[in-house]
Amino acid sequence: MADTKGPEIAIRRSMLGRARGLGAAKSGTAHWWAMKATSLALIPLTLWMLGSMIGLQGATRAQVAAWAGGPITATLVLATIAGLFHHMYLGVQTVIEDYIHDERPRIAWLMVTKGVAWLLGLASAISVLKLAFTG
Amino acid sequence: MADVRDALMVGKTSDGKLVRRPLSPHLQVYKPQITSALSIFHRVTGVALSVGTLMLVWWLVAAATSDAAYATASGFIGSWFGMLLLFGWTVALWYHFCAGIRHLFWDAGYGFELPTVHLTGKLVLAATAVLSVLTWIVIFAVR
Repeated sequence: MADTKGPEIAIRRSMLGRARGLGAAKSGTAHWWAMKATSLALIPLTLWMLGSMIGLQGATRAQVAAWAGGPITATLVLATIAGLFHHMYLGVQTVIEDYIHDERPRIAWLMVTKGVAWLLGLASAISVLKLAFTG
Repeated sequence: MADVRDALMVGKTSDGKLVRRPLSPHLQVYKPQITSALSIFHRVTGVALSVGTLMLVWWLVAAATSDAAYATASGFIGSWFGMLLLFGWTVALWYHFCAGIRHLFWDAGYGFELPTVHLTGKLVLAATAVLSVLTWIVIFAVR
């Protein structure tokens, strides 16, 4: 854009019409709340998971299965996995949106990241369920 | 004006003249400070921890697959390289954990005064060091 005459607005739309769906008017609040909710949930879950992992050092596969087989343990591991991968996606999404400015690669990266987060989360969840139900 | 987003970059001065809004200066313009450094660390550790989840997923999937797969995974995790990754991972985890709690306090409206911000920043670094060392003391004690 040649800036010799200074900027001008050629688009005939209201200020509100131009702002809708862009920038902060998109879905920032829901994202922010989800980030807060998952961080709060992950505070106790991470501590518990870290403690469990330390206790499971050198455990045999049967011992891991016995550990995951407890219904409360299985519930907490699944909750940790859900919170972790949701929180992880929200964070990586922010990084991608900050650094990839072109729309096509940005949307592509967001979709790939979301797909990877879902696959990793599902693989973990199914592994825990299999350990819990069949050992 | 090629794009709707360009139109949003145009503002009005008090005498009604249209001007292009200024962009905020980027990172390299600022002198490094504890506030910005810790903010960057929070992002870096977050991304590192995201990559680190691969090890957790591998361990869970291997445990659900077979004795051989589980032996391979736990063999790697117990090797010196696996332990090195785990060490980096615990430091990143504790940093992100403590800095995250600091963020939650900010979100609740506390701790914005500059002396407080500097103090909590140093507390986060100290807590990260202490908790990382403690974690590894416990890891070796339980072994």
